[in-house]
Amino acid sequence: MPAHPMLEYLWIVPLLPLLGSAINGLFGANWPNKYVTATAISSTGLSFLSTLEAVREFFDYFGQSHQPFRKEFFTWITAGDFRAGFDLQMDQLTVVMVLVVTGVGWLIHIYATGYMAHEGGYYRFFSYLNLFMFFMLILVLAANYALLFVGWEGVGLSSYLLIGFYFLRESASDAGKKAFIVNRIGDFGFMLGMFLLFRAFGTLDFTQLFAKADLWPKDAMGQFGTLTIACLLLFMGATGKSAQLPLYVWLPDAMEGPTPVSALIHAATMVTAGVYVVERSHILFTHSPTAMLVAAIVGCATAFFAATIGLVQTDIKKVLAYSTVSQLGYMFLACGVGAFTAGMFHLMTHAFFKALLFLAAGSVIHAMGGEQDMNKMGGLGKKIRSTYWTMLMATLAIAGFPPFAGFFSKDAILFSALQSAGGGRILYGLGLFTALLTAFYMFRVIFLTFTGKPRYDEKKVHVHESPWSMLGPLVVLAVLSLVGGWFALPTFFHGPDYFANFLTPVFGGAPEAADAGAEAAAHALELILAGVAFGTGLLGLAVAYWLYVSNPRKPDELAKSMKPTYTMLLNKYYVDELYTAAVVRPLLWLSTNVFWKGVDVTGIDGTVNGIAHGTTAIGDSVRHSQSGNTRSYAVWVVAGAIVVLAVIFFWSGASKTVLGLVR
Amino acid sequence: MLSGGHLLSVLIFFPAVGALALLMLRGDDHKFIRSTAMLVAAAEFLFSLLLLRGSPVGSSGYHLEEFAKWIPAPPIHYHLGVDGISMFLVLLTTFLTPISVLASWNSIQTRVKEFFVMLLLLEVGVVGVFFSLDLFLFFLFWELMLIPMALLIGIWGHERRVYAAVKFVLYTMAGSILMLVGIIWLYNATGTFDLPTIQQALANGQLILEPRTEMLLFLAFFFAFAIKVPLFPLHTWLPDAHVEAPTAGSVMLAGVLLKLGTYGMMRFCLPLFPDAAHRAARWIAVLAIIGIIYGALVSMVQPNLKKLVAYSSVSHLGFVVLGIFAFHNISMQGAVYQMLAHGISTGALFLLVGMLHDRRHTFEISEFGGLSTPMPKFAAFFLFVALSSLGLPMLNGFVGEFLILLGTYQRHWGWAAWAALGVILSACYLLWSYQRVFFGEATGEKNRTLPDASVREQWILATMAAVTLWMGIGSPFITRRTAAATQTVMDQIEPQRAYETALPAGVKPQGKNVSTNETAQAKGDFPGGAATISIKRLGVR
Repeated sequence: MPAHPMLEYLWIVPLLPLLGSAINGLFGANWPNKYVTATAISSTGLSFLSTLEAVREFFDYFGQSHQPFRKEFFTWITAGDFRAGFDLQMDQLTVVMVLVVTGVGWLIHIYATGYMAHEGGYYRFFSYLNLFMFFMLILVLAANYALLFVGWEGVGLSSYLLIGFYFLRESASDAGKKAFIVNRIGDFGFMLGMFLLFRAFGTLDFTQLFAKADLWPKDAMGQFGTLTIACLLLFMGATGKSAQLPLYVWLPDAMEGPTPVSALIHAATMVTAGVYVVERSHILFTHSPTAMLVAAIVGCATAFFAATIGLVQTDIKKVLAYSTVSQLGYMFLACGVGAFTAGMFHLMTHAFFKALLFLAAGSVIHAMGGEQDMNKMGGLGKKIRSTYWTMLMATLAIAGFPPFAGFFSKDAILFSALQSAGGGRILYGLGLFTALLTAFYMFRVIFLTFTGKPRYDEKKVHVHESPWSMLGPLVVLAVLSLVGGWFALPTFFHGPDYFANFLTPVFGGAPEAADAGAEAAAHALELILAGVAFGTGLLGLAVAYWLYVSNPRKPDELAKSMKPTYTMLLNKYYVDELYTAAVVRPLLWLSTNVFWKGVDVTGIDGTVNGIAHGTTAIGDSVRHSQSGNTRSYAVWVVAGAIVVLAVIFFWSGASKTVLGLVR
Repeated sequence: MLSGGHLLSVLIFFPAVGALALLMLRGDDHKFIRSTAMLVAAAEFLFSLLLLRGSPVGSSGYHLEEFAKWIPAPPIHYHLGVDGISMFLVLLTTFLTPISVLASWNSIQTRVKEFFVMLLLLEVGVVGVFFSLDLFLFFLFWELMLIPMALLIGIWGHERRVYAAVKFVLYTMAGSILMLVGIIWLYNATGTFDLPTIQQALANGQLILEPRTEMLLFLAFFFAFAIKVPLFPLHTWLPDAHVEAPTAGSVMLAGVLLKLGTYGMMRFCLPLFPDAAHRAARWIAVLAIIGIIYGALVSMVQPNLKKLVAYSSVSHLGFVVLGIFAFHNISMQGAVYQMLAHGISTGALFLLVGMLHDRRHTFEISEFGGLSTPMPKFAAFFLFVALSSLGLPMLNGFVGEFLILLGTYQRHWGWAAWAALGVILSACYLLWSYQRVFFGEATGEKNRTLPDASVREQWILATMAAVTLWMGIGSPFITRRTAAATQTVMDQIEPQRAYETALPAGVKPQGKNVSTNETAQAKGDFPGGAATISIKRLGVR
């Protein structure tokens, strides 16, 4: 028995969901739902338990070796000096990701057994969902970029399948296709980034590559911009997967998928893959201030931009979708200002509270019999009390109220943004303003949904609380949304930041403060900022209360008085329309009318057929020379002889060629 | 060298014997004819697996060589050999032939005997092309395979089959005429049709080509191969040929025949005319990249499903040509892999499209819609194959595309960046067409009642899917066996570089028989037999 059996067989962790997926996919069609449930839940559950064991063993392993665990299982692609192996690794960063993925993933699987119980294609759903778990685990466990890319594309595939789960609806299959294609645009950049890294370092293996990259100069001038370009290309992939400007357009549409999918894939795990890649490549990014700045700006701009759209959406899931885009922006902002631990921290807390928000929203939708428009809800708080309270906790977390998880992680990001050199204040200001917007739109959701008078037909809609298979995960996630941030709690009392300390082996220690005085000043600043952030959250709550509880007519009046702005926000700045008009339509027109019908049919084929017709025509006319008349043949012979002799005598070059051929 | 019996000859002529046997059968016993054809094709595949044993991993040069004098003057000889590249292309051929037989089980109802005879003769021609080491023999098989293919299209095709067959023949002939001129020119200069001998003469300086002559010869060969690939703008025969061909014809055409072009480039254009290849590379790469993007864009807007798949081949084969002419070891390996992967995944796409045609007798996308509901298994297979075709990792299409782009990027990052756009576009045309055919409510009474994949169809598709998956995960099985052959091609086109880097200091080149025989081989009869000519060129100029 090896010392660390689970680590030695780490492939079991991703393989279990794959088995579940294959079994359900192949046999589930003819099974009753309970078998499908058992397969799906047990495969992910076992995967979660194996993960726990692997993590335990990893701590033991790390305690002895102080190295990340890494193991090569088999070679997947090899050519020349390129090798891509099925190599898995585990370090502290992986630990956080893998626990979030399997833990939250398992909870959402349990929830989905309740939510999807009465849907057609039950087995198909769980087959896809398990497949997603497999690819996501590959993504976070991969020890090289090539294998990471397997997971990267694979989660895109699962996302495509799950968004288009209700494939009878055209909007759903459209959304799935859009998600895949937009992601592919990002992947285009990601692939080129990998190629460049291979060219620069001769390997795609994390350990070797980062060791080599670390020796490079830290400014782009010294390395001729190689790492800057590589980072920007990787970041392009991240903007696709993590729905950042300008490739965020697929995520709001992705809400066409069933709600557990939105919670798992489009909130807690897959969309954070872009953040994970940046975190994983932090050594490359820290070598390129330009790339860092771009990440910070894109993240910050996305956070703000998406939050503004979220202000006016009436579909409860759409608000949450834009909120996710916005929160992911915060994570990139954190990475961009070098606060990788803060970004990771927010990734984790966000996974808890945003998954909870989606699941609770799903519970609301379930209760309302499928209604998603908040204008047709209201007063649900009394009827579905558990859903209300859990969703309220998640809202407090995302709005940044202490002592909920989001408060600590968002605070850490804003603090780092302000500390960053060059433009830190702008980033901080915009980030803080976005926090205000966040608190506002989230409490708007709470007030519109749970308080006030019902705006639906109470005779038709029989509001009912969800079963315990759905409420259980809500409660667990609610607890996590509360305590998930307490790792950082001691920092407010001059204590250590446990989360940051945990990740120190990956990201390195925080820069040492110059002296005790500076440290104290920084601490004071942090406390002040925390106060400001809390105040901002309260302000958002107050405004939402004033608009949607005290003066319910006010929002409509505001919308009327600011009609152009309101319409623009409601239509999401017309970005989709812009892309359609500027890219999709011209490309289709060009392909149809210019390339296919113009170049291909008329141009090339026209020429080919023209030559054919020309040949026929020539043959047809020359045919007349074959008259059968001996005297005309004699004339042709003489004429031919004259031409041949003339060529030989007067055109010496040609004669050589002719003779050369004869020889 | 001549060990292993006469496996290559057996592999070439066994299907011919099978075809002969079929000819003797009664024409109306369709079931027996089909079973016999299937037996022959399956046996041929099993025999061809012996090739794996015959060519050890990592050894370069030709294996299982066969040599027999045939025509004394001009000295045309029966010279066969196999290396890593041709071995897997032959395996692809022998694998796709029984699949094609199965696919034609019910859809061919007229002149059944003749159909399977043609299919087996096609296999003879293709396998012969891959094994030939004599230029004239190569040309013979090259022309031989044209006839059954043209007849398959022209007799068992759809409405415009005669137009398509004639177009296919004329296009190919236009190229092969030029190639014939090139072959004869080379014979005039060297006195032999033997490929290894000519390569050797070029290597040791006995045959020196003027740059202009070399370019003309290069183009003569290249033109013939580029039509076959087909490289933009020589591709317009392909959509017509595919749309009109019966399913089996399309599978063989896309799966194998297109690769003859890219195989020819690797086997003849690069090793024989390396300098010309270098000079022409950038223009060819531009055409390949245009082909990748243009093929994908035109594919995207096709209303005809089979034409869509046909144009996607233009795009995918563009990757192969790019990989070859990027002159990088990795991209060259990727090109070989992409040939094989494309054979499987596009072959499977044509099978699927053919199955739809069997049911509805149309290829128009607008005629279909919502087929997922009546045909869930079929829809799942289709998606699987579409994903492999668009290059999803862990399926076969990814490995080739990735290696080609990776290798190309190492030398010409701009080429790779443009070509990588094809990765986005392939997702567009495949997923869009998939959506229109399979998603939504089933449209119309005809679509609502379509039967799902039959047991026979499921066997075919499951086999294809298994190979797709295996090639996506276990690619080293193939790449380790093709590595030596692609390295040889690389050495031949970049002798200096290969010589400097491949050998550690102080190690003498192997291939002693180069020096002993080279003096005798300038002209005239072929000396010494096959044993002395199989040598790897090591860049001594």
